[in-house]
Amino acid sequence: MKRIVIHEEHCIGCRLCEVHCLVQHSCSRDIIKAFRAERDTIMPRVLVEENGPVSFALQCRQCPEPSCIEACISGAMHRDERTGAVVCDETKCVGCWMCIMVCPSGSIRQNLAGTRIASKCDLCYGAEIPACVAHCPNEALTYEEVP
Amino acid sequence: MRIVIIGNSAAAVGAIEAIRQYDQSAEILVISEEPHCIYSRPLLSHYLGGEIDKARLAYRGSDFYARHHAKPMLNTRIVAISPADHTVRTASGQVLHYDKLLLATGGVPIVPPIPGLETAGVFTFTRLDEALGILHHLESHPVQRAVVVGGGMIGIKATDALLKRGLPVSMVELAPRILSTALDDTASRLLTRLLQDHGVEVLTENTVTAIHSQDGHIAAVELRDGRSLPCQLLVLGIGVRPNAGLAQAAGLQVNRGVVVDGHMRTSDPDIYAAGDVAEAYDLVVDLNRTVAIWPNAYRQGAIAGAHMVGVPRADEGGIAMNTVEVCGVPAMSIGQGNAEGPEYEVLTELDAPRNLYKRLVLKGDRLVGVILVGNINRAGIYTGLIRNKIDVSACRKNLLSERLSLLSLPDQYRKHIVTGAGIEV
Repeated sequence: MKRIVIHEEHCIGCRLCEVHCLVQHSCSRDIIKAFRAERDTIMPRVLVEENGPVSFALQCRQCPEPSCIEACISGAMHRDERTGAVVCDETKCVGCWMCIMVCPSGSIRQNLAGTRIASKCDLCYGAEIPACVAHCPNEALTYEEVP
Repeated sequence: MRIVIIGNSAAAVGAIEAIRQYDQSAEILVISEEPHCIYSRPLLSHYLGGEIDKARLAYRGSDFYARHHAKPMLNTRIVAISPADHTVRTASGQVLHYDKLLLATGGVPIVPPIPGLETAGVFTFTRLDEALGILHHLESHPVQRAVVVGGGMIGIKATDALLKRGLPVSMVELAPRILSTALDDTASRLLTRLLQDHGVEVLTENTVTAIHSQDGHIAAVELRDGRSLPCQLLVLGIGVRPNAGLAQAAGLQVNRGVVVDGHMRTSDPDIYAAGDVAEAYDLVVDLNRTVAIWPNAYRQGAIAGAHMVGVPRADEGGIAMNTVEVCGVPAMSIGQGNAEGPEYEVLTELDAPRNLYKRLVLKGDRLVGVILVGNINRAGIYTGLIRNKIDVSACRKNLLSERLSLLSLPDQYRKHIVTGAGIEV
């Protein structure tokens, strides 16, 4: 399975990954409409961590034995059969935040707009290259087959 | 090989999924005394509160058994295990052979010996049939007030659900404060005040001593302090004890729960136990103990299932943790969050008007417990520090920050988390 690999030494903290993740997960798929009209209901599933000169873009690490799947009480958190990615079925999620309690990288977030759901990276549902990787200007994120 | 699983909840599902990850040939038989397909017990309060419909209680799809080539035997109660013959016997006298047996029998609700328990309108709250009973009772009887016995996790979830139904609720708790096993005094007081602000009558150091009925239906309860509370619904949400009767009768080693090793094997090498019935290793307290929580049940089931088909999984043990939402404010307790004593160092931050509270418990250089109220963002970072027994002496000043991030953590550990096993930078 391919995973997103983080190269913190290349990250310049531009947050383009966050911008394009949000657009990718918007209804309009349009950068202006996504930020003007949909910003309150959607959020990026990648988060740039920054402290002084160090920064990197963090999204779900796709753990081999994911704690979030173990802890999920609704069955929403699961491994997508087609892509192998750990994803949240937002129609099943009840927003109990068990996954947030156990995710060691802290890469699942509360989306409290509308129905409460756990918001996380879905590797852009089988896209050849996830949006954050595709739009990183400095190859601080790469998409690689990792054993 | 035939694997028999007694039980049909998180531990059973964990086992079935792990078995099929490694083995397609073993026969799997799932025996449950309940008539329902796999449903989520923690979602019952969401269902009772009207947040989700009955269909969403399904923890796995209706095709789960078929897809995993597992045969369900629902509505079937096992009355005896014979480890010598490798058989189990059902209530109707059927004898079933097993090669490997998993006890995933869960817990049974603790019911105090109160006179009048058989009265209509008295329920426990751990099974779907009980939740359906409460809903039916609410539809068929005028209920002006409900009383919930128990200020622990189950009692709070029942109270919150009944509040969402618009019912006035009185909560009766024996201990001096609610959620006393998970929270410290400050967190407990915050949640108590929230409940009170939403109209809940919280009665601590008190309990129900008698149930009074009128025409066969509950009309009032009598409290230890002599008061009488008129009510038309009583929910007993005190907690659960391990459902270990079968194991005990079969001669397995049982303390509070069924004693298991790191692979979830009981004292009989072909019988495993997982979930609320099992007394498994807790890595924070460094002891075997029963911790009735969903993530442990699933994980233990998976460890047992894998081991049954010859795949020993390394298990570092479980951590007691839970999350509950009270009147819209989330609260979490992870590990020894409410620990007190000279061997612990406690860091706290309280903003009571905003319902924000954080309590971190350190023992030496390690984090051993956390309580969070209000802001639960990135709580799993704490869980990771506890689980991985990370030396936090260099970063302890960062741990209370409202903006906790991976960059607050020791470099080596951060890199391990960010890159994952095998591809460390």
